[in-house]
Amino acid sequence: MKENNVKEKGCTKIMVCCGTGCTANGARQVLARLEEKLRGNKNFEVVPVLKATGCNGWCEKGPLVKIMPEDITYCQVKAEDVDEIIEKTLLRGEKIKRLLYRDPQTKEFLVSLHQTDFYRKQKKIALRNIGEIDPASIDDYIERDGYKALEKALKYMTPDEVLEEVIKSGLRGRGGGGFPTGRKWQACKKVPRFPKYIICNGDEGDPGAFMDRSIMEGDPHTIIEGMLICAYVLQAEKGFIYVRDEYDLAVKHLTQAILDARRCGFLGKNILGSSLSFDIELVRGGGAFVCGEETALIKSIEGFPGEPRDKYIFPTESGLWGQPTVINNVETWANIPVIILEGGEKFASLGTEGSKGTKVFSLVGKVVNTGLVEVPMGITLREIIYEIGGGIPNGRQFKAVQTGGPSGGCIPAQLLDLEIDFDTLTREGSMMGSGGIIVMDDTTCMVEVARYYTNFLAVESCGKCTPCREGLRALLAILTRIVKGEGKMEDLELLQEISEVMQEASLCALGRTAPNPVLSTLKYFQDEYVAHIIDRRCPAGVCPELTVFEIDAELCTGCTLCQKNCPVDAITGEAKKAHIIQQDKCIRCGECYRSCRFRAVKVK
Amino acid sequence: MPEIIDATAIEKACKEILDHYAPEPRYILAIMQDMQKRFNYLPPQGLKMLASYTGVPFSQVYAMASFYKAFSLKPKGRYIIKVCDGTACHIKGAETLVEQIYKYLQIRPGETTRDGSFSLETVNCLGACALAPVMVINEKVYGKVTPADIERIIKEYGGWADEGKQC
Repeated sequence: MKENNVKEKGCTKIMVCCGTGCTANGARQVLARLEEKLRGNKNFEVVPVLKATGCNGWCEKGPLVKIMPEDITYCQVKAEDVDEIIEKTLLRGEKIKRLLYRDPQTKEFLVSLHQTDFYRKQKKIALRNIGEIDPASIDDYIERDGYKALEKALKYMTPDEVLEEVIKSGLRGRGGGGFPTGRKWQACKKVPRFPKYIICNGDEGDPGAFMDRSIMEGDPHTIIEGMLICAYVLQAEKGFIYVRDEYDLAVKHLTQAILDARRCGFLGKNILGSSLSFDIELVRGGGAFVCGEETALIKSIEGFPGEPRDKYIFPTESGLWGQPTVINNVETWANIPVIILEGGEKFASLGTEGSKGTKVFSLVGKVVNTGLVEVPMGITLREIIYEIGGGIPNGRQFKAVQTGGPSGGCIPAQLLDLEIDFDTLTREGSMMGSGGIIVMDDTTCMVEVARYYTNFLAVESCGKCTPCREGLRALLAILTRIVKGEGKMEDLELLQEISEVMQEASLCALGRTAPNPVLSTLKYFQDEYVAHIIDRRCPAGVCPELTVFEIDAELCTGCTLCQKNCPVDAITGEAKKAHIIQQDKCIRCGECYRSCRFRAVKVK
Repeated sequence: MPEIIDATAIEKACKEILDHYAPEPRYILAIMQDMQKRFNYLPPQGLKMLASYTGVPFSQVYAMASFYKAFSLKPKGRYIIKVCDGTACHIKGAETLVEQIYKYLQIRPGETTRDGSFSLETVNCLGACALAPVMVINEKVYGKVTPADIERIIKEYGGWADEGKQC
């Protein structure tokens, strides 16, 4: 029954977003209920087709249910809403107002996701299919021009012409380094040794970044197609996709996609009747952050601990098993089919002088609309945070935005109008990294943030070279001292000095960029360091040893919210009367401070 | 879930896993993944078999087992609590959750309760930043967790139901 309906053009499609965020909010239950209620439903002439899609990006409003072709999007749908959706929307064509998104400014109910501020400023290239297709279906991918770029390359272009398009597009590696992709392929092509290997780096490790996960889960075939096009350029026969250990669903969808691609003749011998033969193997990572570094990743595939090597010779010349190897990140691969199909020039018409095209950012932290956004390079931080992201929740004050993962930096409010691309971010002491944007408000302590990243990197440093291994330990010891209120003013100079040595002397990019969080917070938020050291006070109310919370009796309405949230029952007071914090019980977790809607909880 | 099995049973299970792969060093990682999944840790016996099967020194196998975080050399608990401490979760109070779990179960990250029920881990990022702070118990994801929720969640798994069960 279902099979026949798929072929009926124009029949209603119901797409339930089953990305990680929506799933955690109950999308699977919604899907199951829809399945149960639609199966053999006699009220329909043609039963609507149900699809589980990848992540739509707007995790904040999930689970999302889209109904096509009417283009209706329902937000925060629960299994209990399913009967009403079938009854009213699917059978009678009525919209259910309470499930539509309401614009917080205009108070207007918006029918389609595409009308919202969150989507309007976006331009989807790498994410073009995600949320629109069932990732487990190769037919869905093919229906949206999937494998057409491969066909175009194989049938109508020479390998050199394909390479020329990629160079013309100006695409730079989306994994963090920003190396021009076309030049990387060219360098590998020039090496007259075979076999050559192609690797997809899916070891996404930056905390707060999940675009690669979303692509691997939501549109796995685009990665395969991108790699195939590169294989044609290089005459490579073997590729590897290295997936981060934590990403179970990505492994599942990629495995399925590789099997389907083989079955349909897109992988294997003489692909589409051409001379190209290429196959892909999936490798699961072992849970080590440093394996995102390309030489470490190569070691890991070979069957060793993932330790990086120096890069006097690039992997394009001597990579996997000493052979010429092209290694690109997931998002980079996802752009390739579009570049070939629509031309490099069109891609290059988007973005800035030095950074072409779009970039996917994961917008998280203290911002109203958290999720994944794809925007043209050169957009300002202000547009991303305030127009797409909807600003800072609970009327709090914006403090900083952290970009570039643990080795990135913190950018303060005075740089909100910075047009972001690879080069501007590096100039301001941060970096693009894989595209995490973590928004911080006045309840985030910048010294503690620096300590957090330094700790992260100290744990993840592979320990091979001394500046990184010992430098991080020394930085961590000093920062820990400062957040405990035992810092000295001389510590600030010492932090600076150790950082500079690490930048100069570390072996790989992990160590060379590891001091960025320390240096950028020292540069823009030195007053917070001084407050910790001289005043023995944490202005953000985060560091437990340096914080005392109190409730302003004038502002407190006695709503009891803080009392309910307090994990140690340290807050007393009757409803509708001012509450009091029992200082001897308080563990300074800050839950009351962050959750109070009346700003009555203060940092003393 | 792994039942307590004797040495011959471990050997048999390991052999089954090894038989799926060609005897090449590049499959060490994949074989370890399978063993970890089967036993919830890497049994020493299995590592020895793996070394001789792939023809590498035992030290290299051990180096890999201790380098990669996906592997454990000690048996883990029935319920594995993963508290996400990625940046988004961190600035929304993930550390307080770890403190709360310690209060109820007396375990710190990397430890297992004495009765083998719970293991606690912190992970760098689960990619569910929109739901921060996040924790996962086995497969189930809990989003926007507050310190006050911890008691209820742990009780779902039979932990801290009464004094007798507290570890």
